[in-house]
Amino acid sequence: MEIWASQLFNGLSLSSILLLIALGLALSFGLMNVINLAHGEFIMIGAYTTYAVQQGARYFTGDPLAEITFVIAIPAAFLVAGAAGILVENALIRFLYRRPLDTLLATWGVGLFLQQLARSIFGAPNVQVVAPAWLGGTISVTSSLVLPMKRIFIIGLVIACLGGLYWYMYRSNEGRRMRGVMQNRDMAASLGVSTRRVDSLTFALGSGLAGIAGCALTLIGPIGPSLGTNYIVDSFIVVILGGLGQVPGTILAALIIGMLNTVFEFGTTAVVGKVLVFAMVILFLQWKPAGLMRARGR
Amino acid sequence: MVSKTSILGAVRNAYSPTRLSERIGAWIPPVIMLAALLVAPLVLSEFRIALLGKFLTFAILALALNLIWGYAGMLSLGHGVFFGLGGYAMAMYLKLESAGGKLPDFMFWSGLTELPIFWAPFKYAWFAIPMTFIVPAALAGALGYLVFRSRITGVYFALITQALALIASILFIGQQPYTGGTNGITNYATMFGFALNSPTIQIVLYYVTLSVLTAAYLLCSWVIASRFGRLLVAMRDDENRVRFSGYNPAILKTLVFSLSAGLAGIAGALFAPQVGIISPTMMGIVPSIEVAIWVAVGGRGVLMGAVLGAVVVNGAKSGLSESFPAIWQYFLGLVFIGAVLLFPTGIMGLLRGEAWRRPWWLSKERALGTWKGLIAGVKR
Repeated sequence: MEIWASQLFNGLSLSSILLLIALGLALSFGLMNVINLAHGEFIMIGAYTTYAVQQGARYFTGDPLAEITFVIAIPAAFLVAGAAGILVENALIRFLYRRPLDTLLATWGVGLFLQQLARSIFGAPNVQVVAPAWLGGTISVTSSLVLPMKRIFIIGLVIACLGGLYWYMYRSNEGRRMRGVMQNRDMAASLGVSTRRVDSLTFALGSGLAGIAGCALTLIGPIGPSLGTNYIVDSFIVVILGGLGQVPGTILAALIIGMLNTVFEFGTTAVVGKVLVFAMVILFLQWKPAGLMRARGR
Repeated sequence: MVSKTSILGAVRNAYSPTRLSERIGAWIPPVIMLAALLVAPLVLSEFRIALLGKFLTFAILALALNLIWGYAGMLSLGHGVFFGLGGYAMAMYLKLESAGGKLPDFMFWSGLTELPIFWAPFKYAWFAIPMTFIVPAALAGALGYLVFRSRITGVYFALITQALALIASILFIGQQPYTGGTNGITNYATMFGFALNSPTIQIVLYYVTLSVLTAAYLLCSWVIASRFGRLLVAMRDDENRVRFSGYNPAILKTLVFSLSAGLAGIAGALFAPQVGIISPTMMGIVPSIEVAIWVAVGGRGVLMGAVLGAVVVNGAKSGLSESFPAIWQYFLGLVFIGAVLLFPTGIMGLLRGEAWRRPWWLSKERALGTWKGLIAGVKR
C-alpha cells in the first residue's frame, strides 16, 4: 500500500514538471499553430540561470545568502527564459507562422545553437546546483511512507504557476486578449487587438514557464547542456494527447502521462514503460483523434 | 462536379513539365551528377571513396524522406529508425556469417546461451536482404495506417515520428542481449566470404550503392510522374479535395510512407557493411532530424536536391566537425535556420533560379518577402 502511495506521489511529481513544460508548448500551439523544438533549451536556460544566480550570490556575498538565492532564482529563470523566448519569436518565428513544419526545423536549429552556447559558456560536463537546506528534509506520512521535501516543493511551485496562469488568462486584460486571438484571430485583430503583441507575449510566457521547469529540475539532479532533450519528447506526447492547445486537456494529459510512466516503470522497466505509453497514446488517438479535449466553436 | 480525372488534370497542369525540352532539361543535372559519381573512384583516394560511399547511402535516405516530405507534405522526424532497422537486419546477417555458426560475441557476453529465435533466419542472405526492406516498411505501414486513419497530419505527425525515434533508440539500447545495446552490432569481417576491409570490396560496395541510388532515383521519379504521385501532390495541397473526389488519403499516405521507410531501410543495409557498425546512435532523434536538413539544404520537392543536399551537408560535416567540433554545432544550427528562413528552395532553387515546377510555398517572391521583412525588422 505504501509502495503504491509513494509511486503515485512520484508520478504526480513527474506530471507536474511535464505539465509546466507542456503548457508553454500548448499555449503557443493553440495560439499560433507553432511547435517550438527549442523549448527544451529554454528549460536548460532556466536551469543554468539558477546555477548562475547561485554562483553569483556565492561570489559576491559568501555562503550565508545561499538559502534564499534559490527563491530569487525562480523569477530570474522565468525572466531570462522569457526574454530568450521574445528574442526567438521576434527574430525567427513570426516569419514562419504559416509554415509550421519549417518552424520545427528552424527552432531545432535554435536549439542546437543554444546547446552549443551553453557548452561554450558553462563547459560540457554537468554542473550541480546546491539545494537549500530547508528543501533537504523529508515528511513522514506514515512510518514507511516518506515524501522528500523537494518533490513537495516542486508540486507546490507548479500549482502556484497554474494559479498565476489562470489569473493571467481569465482575470487580466492581456489574458482576455490572448483568449480572444486564440478563438478567432481575424475577429480579434479587426477589433483592435494587436495580434503581434499577443503572439510575442504568449510565446514569452510559455518560454518563461519552461524556465521555471528548468529551475525545478536543478533540485532533482545535475544539469547539463542537453538537459531539456530528456523531457521534451514526453511533453510533446502530453500536448498531442491533451488536444489542440487546450489548457485543461494539457493538465489532464500531463497527469495521465506522468502517472502511466511511473506506474509502468515500476511494473516493468523504464524502456518498456515508455514503449507502452507511446502505444497507448497512438491507440487512444484512434478513438479520439483530436485528443482529450477539443477546442469549441471552430 | 469534381471528378477523379479533373483533380489529376489540375495537378498535372500545375506541377508537371509539358514541353519536351523541359522534360529533357530536367534530366540534365542528375545525369551530370551520376557521371561525376561514376568517375569519382578514379580520382579520389580510398579513404575519400569510403566516405563518399557512406554519403551515397545517406543520399538514398534523403531521397526517401524527400518523397514523403517534398511531394506528399508529411515531414517524418523518425526516418533514422527505418534506416537503422535496415542496417540492423543486414548487420545481423553479417554478424552471423562472421561468427561462423557460433553465438555472436556480444550475446555470449550478455549471458545468452543460444541464438534467439528471431535471429535464426538471418543467417540466410535470401532472408536477411529482403527483410531490410520489409521490416521498416511494415513498421511504417502499421504506424502510418493508425496515424493517418485518425487524420493526424502536419506537426502532429512530425512529433509522433520523433517520439518513435526516441523510443526505438532507447529500446535498442535497452535490449543488450538481442541488439548489442549501445555498441550496436559491429566486428563483422566478411560478406559472402569476401573481406570487407579490402579496397576492392570497398569499391564494389561503392558501385553497388551508386546503382541502388540510381535505381531509387528512377523509382522515385516514376512514382512522382505516375497517377499516384500526382495524388500525393494533390493531398499535400488540399487533402479534403482529394478525399471528396473519392480517394482514401489514409491508404495513399500509408502506402507512400511505407515505401519511403523501405527505401530508408535499404539505405541502412548498404550503410552497415561499408561503415562496419550499426548502432542506436544512428536511429535516435538527432540523426533523424538531420535527414530533414539534408533535404532542405538540397531543395525540397526536387529529387536531385535530396542527393545533392546529403552529399554537400555530410561533406561539410566531415570537413568541419573533425577539426572544429564546436564551430560545426553552431554552423549546423545556423544552417537549420537559414535553410528555411532565407533559402527555402535550397541549392536546387538557387541553381535553377526560375520556377516552372516550384510550388507557391517555395516561390521566389516569398523568399524575397522574407528578406525584405528581415531588413524592415532590422531597421525598425
